[in-house]
Amino acid sequence: MGGPTKKGINTRKILASPAMLNLMYVPALTLFVVFIFYPITQGFKWSFTNWNGYSSKYSWVGWEQYVRMFSDPKTLRTIINTFVYGLGSTLFQNILGLAYALFLNGASRGKSIVRTIVYFPVIISPLIMGYIWYFLFQYDGGAINDIFIFLRQEPLDWLGNGPRAVWLMTLVNTYQFMGVAMIAYLAGLQAIPKECLEAAAIDGAAGISLFRYVTLPLLMPAVTFSMVINIIGGLKLFDVIMAMTLGGPAYASHSLSTMMYDLYFARQDAGYAAALGNLMFLVIAVIGISTLIYLRRKEVEL
Amino acid sequence: MRKLAAPAAGIAIGLVHLIPFFIMLNLALKAPTDISSKWVTPHYVYLDNFVNAWSQAHLDRALSNNIIITATSVTFVIVLGSLAAYPLARYPTRWNNFVYYLSISMLIVPALTILVPLYKFIVDLGGINTYWAISLIQVTFSLPLSIFMFTGFIKTIPRELDEAALIDGCSRYAIFFNIILPLLKPVTATLIILTGLAVWNDFQFSLFFLQRRTVQTVPVILSQFFSQFQNNVAWVAAGCLISMIPMTCVYLFLQKYFVSGLAEGAVKG
Repeated sequence: MGGPTKKGINTRKILASPAMLNLMYVPALTLFVVFIFYPITQGFKWSFTNWNGYSSKYSWVGWEQYVRMFSDPKTLRTIINTFVYGLGSTLFQNILGLAYALFLNGASRGKSIVRTIVYFPVIISPLIMGYIWYFLFQYDGGAINDIFIFLRQEPLDWLGNGPRAVWLMTLVNTYQFMGVAMIAYLAGLQAIPKECLEAAAIDGAAGISLFRYVTLPLLMPAVTFSMVINIIGGLKLFDVIMAMTLGGPAYASHSLSTMMYDLYFARQDAGYAAALGNLMFLVIAVIGISTLIYLRRKEVEL
Repeated sequence: MRKLAAPAAGIAIGLVHLIPFFIMLNLALKAPTDISSKWVTPHYVYLDNFVNAWSQAHLDRALSNNIIITATSVTFVIVLGSLAAYPLARYPTRWNNFVYYLSISMLIVPALTILVPLYKFIVDLGGINTYWAISLIQVTFSLPLSIFMFTGFIKTIPRELDEAALIDGCSRYAIFFNIILPLLKPVTATLIILTGLAVWNDFQFSLFFLQRRTVQTVPVILSQFFSQFQNNVAWVAAGCLISMIPMTCVYLFLQKYFVSGLAEGAVKG
C-alpha cells in the first residue's frame, strides 16, 4: 500500500487505507459498549449490594445475594422451571419440527398451505399467543373445560397447579415456535444432494436405516442451528408467562426472567435481581456454547 | 385408503394448529353476554368488541408508537449493520476478527440478564418513556444478527469485484456504496423482516422502558388492557385480533422473506 511518501500528509489516502475503514464499525461497537458492556459491569457491582432499585443508598453485602439463591426454595423452583422451559421446548420443537419437515417436504400446494399455517404463530407477539391460550386453559368458560363439561367430566383448573402450568406453557412455546425448527429442517432436507439418497438406496438403505445413517448425519447443521436458537429462546421465556400465570400460583411457574422482573419492580430487591441476571447469563452462555460445540462435532462434511 | 392417509393427516395437522385462532375469533365475534361454548360460532353479527377494544385500549396510538419505534430501529440496524460488516468481511485482520466474534457472541447474551443495570442506566440518562432510548436499545440488541448476516453475505461476493474497482480508481468507500451495497438487497430484505418482527412484537424492553401510556406499544397496552378487563375476555380477544392484523398481512405478502433468511442460517450454520 502506498503511504504518504511525498511531503505533506495526504489525508485522503489515510482515510482510504484499510485500517481507517474500521471506522465503519465504530458506531455499532459504541452501542455495544454503552448498552451492553457497561451494564454488564454495573450488573456485577449491583449484585454485591442490597440496592433496592430506586434510592441512592445501598451497602455492600459481599456474596450474600448469591448465597441467598441456593437457600431460597422459590428461587430453586424458578431455576428448575427455567430448565423445563428451555430444554423442554427445545426437545419438543425439534422432534415435532423434524417430523413435520419430513412429512411436509415437497412442492404440493396442500403441503405448502399446511407449512404456512404451522409457521404462522411465529410472527405473532408471544404475549398475544399467551392470551390466546389463556382463553383455552381458563377455568371458567375455557375452551378445553368446555370439552370436559361436554363429556360430563369435572372441569380442571389447568393453570392452578404450578408444575402443570409450567409444562402447559412449555407446550405453548413449542406450538408457537416449532415452525422455526420445521423451516430449518426443511431447508436442511432440501440441501441434501439427491445422489446421496439414491446411492444409499442402491446400497439397500431404506426407511429408518436410510434416515438414521444418511439423512440425519447430513442434517446436522440444521439440527445445530435449530437447537441453539430454541435453547436460547426457551431459557429466557418471559411473554407467555406474563400473559398466562404471571408466575403464579404462588411463584410456582416463574422463570428467571419473570422472577427478575418481579424482584425489581414488585419487591424492590434489585441487588438480588442483578445477581439472578448474572446467574442466568452464565447458564445460557454455558448451555448455548456447549451445545454448539457438541453438535458441531457431529456435523459431517459432504 | 392408504392413498388418502397422508392428505388426511395433513388436513388434521392444519386444523389442529388453527384451533387457538378459531377460539379467539369466536370469542371476539360474540357478545360478552353470550355464554355459549367457545367452540360454537355465533349466528349473529356483533362487532362491538372491536369498537370497544379499539377505543378503550387506544390501539390507534399504540399502533402509531409501534410504527415509529420499529421504523427507526430497523433503519439503524440496516445502516449500522451493513457499514460494520464491510471492513469485518473484507479485512479480517486479527483485531477485526476479534471484533466480529465479539459482536456475534452477543447473539447468545440474553438481553434480560442485564435489564436491571440497563434500566438503572436509562433512568440516569433520562431515557424512560422516550422513543430514542427504546429504539437505541432495540438497535443494540438487533445489531449482532445484522452484522452476522451482512458479513456472511459480503464474504460470498467475489473479491475480484472490489479489486477491479480499486484499479479503476474507486476509493474503498465508493466500492462499498456503489458496488457492495446494491448487492445486499436480498439479505437486507430478510433482515428488515426479522428485525422488524422482533421489534414490533417486543414486550420485555417495552414493558421496562415505556411506562407512560402515551408512548406505549401494542403488547404493553394489551397487557394492561388484559389486567383491567380480565373478566371481559371478549374485548381482550378483539384487541389481540386487531393487533395481529398488520403482521399477518406482512407475512402473507412477504412469506418467502420470512423463511429464506432462516433457511440460509440453517444450511450454512
